[in-house]
Amino acid sequence: MCLSLPGKILSIDDSSELRMAVVDFGGVQREICVEWLPEAGIGDYVLAHVGTALTVLDEKSALESIEALTELSKVLEEEEKNNPLNI
Amino acid sequence: MKYIDEYRDKDIVLMLAKEIKKASTKPIRLMEVCGGHTMSIQKYGIPYLLPETVELISGPGCPVCVTSRSYIDRAVAYSRLEDVIITTYGDLIRVPGSTSSLDKEKAKGADIRIVYSILDALMIAKENRHKKIVFLGIGFETTAPSSAAGIIKAQMAGISNFYVYSAHKVMPPAMETLIDEGVLIDGYIGPGHVSTITGEGIYMNIPEKFGLGVVISGFEPVDLMQSILMLVRQFENADPKVEIEYTRAVKPEGNIKAQEMLDEVFEYRDDWWRGLGVLKNSGLKIREKYAMYDAEEQIEVEVEELKEPKGCICGDILRGVNKPKDCKLFGNVCTPSNPVGSCMVSSEGSCAAYYLYNR
Repeated sequence: MCLSLPGKILSIDDSSELRMAVVDFGGVQREICVEWLPEAGIGDYVLAHVGTALTVLDEKSALESIEALTELSKVLEEEEKNNPLNI
Repeated sequence: MKYIDEYRDKDIVLMLAKEIKKASTKPIRLMEVCGGHTMSIQKYGIPYLLPETVELISGPGCPVCVTSRSYIDRAVAYSRLEDVIITTYGDLIRVPGSTSSLDKEKAKGADIRIVYSILDALMIAKENRHKKIVFLGIGFETTAPSSAAGIIKAQMAGISNFYVYSAHKVMPPAMETLIDEGVLIDGYIGPGHVSTITGEGIYMNIPEKFGLGVVISGFEPVDLMQSILMLVRQFENADPKVEIEYTRAVKPEGNIKAQEMLDEVFEYRDDWWRGLGVLKNSGLKIREKYAMYDAEEQIEVEVEELKEPKGCICGDILRGVNKPKDCKLFGNVCTPSNPVGSCMVSSEGSCAAYYLYNR
């Protein structure tokens, strides 16, 4: 029920009662309410749920966590190679 | 898709599996509260990647599953009124009530329309001024602010034939009740999208009062494995706390504007949960100042007597006391095409998830 998808903001319309944006979800475009995200701008990725954007996705945090995990994965693989019995 | 594919990396998942195995020395039972997590965990076969010490159980975080049949019965009764159009998320359409369901009523000719968002329901209200448009508001803190936004937009746009029938609920009372009732849980995989709205503050009671850890998790396999690792480490170090794994989406303070809108329109009320009974301040009622948009206040209707199905143990499954395979009806009498209970009908119900991925 709380399913939410990431999409990229293509345009923003501030003229109606609620702040709206056209958001691209991997090729499918939809109008999404971005009323709660005054900081959201064109090009930002948002998580959308039932037609409303919940949050702006933090690219820096996403990159950092994946880089850290990839790095750790490499280090552990290396350790395993050098010391195969230490599992 | 950006923000998804990189969190499905097999090498990282396998590395995390090894780390969990290394870190876990004592048996630990973790509950994933959210139905979306249940689906991901079964879909990606997460339990098969975990050592014997780590057990996952599903919790009450599927709004459709915990909602009373009497809610469906009342929605069915609304749909039978001549001047009403029901608008609903697709999740509710097949949920059985006592003797009928919304899809059965639709087949008989009731005007029931599935919408993607409450704003679509408002458009229907605008285009059908002579009808009453009832929107079925179901969902936790993730979804409830959208219903609040819909009501505020209706007011601003002067739409007076629009009503919300609220079954909205909030998560913390259910999470605390499960521990209080003695369900064996050593930590919670915290709901990711609920927390984008609420932030981490709503879970603080759980480590402070009950000594259990909560890790707010994303929905991809890397997210879930990392959250499990964080919970195992907390448990092994006897250091329960609230942590956020899903940092790309969840800010510690949540979404303040959404919280304000929710508070503007809704107030807490005691509410009934399948498997848990009535929980104090666990439901959301539309405030009196917005009563003109409250279907319960504005549209009188006679509702049939409540009947619960025999043999269904959905309530015990939602409490984490039983698993779907413990139910005699599972997979034979009760299937996704012929569901007996709400845990099978909802696409994120535990029974549906087990039926699809882990039979």
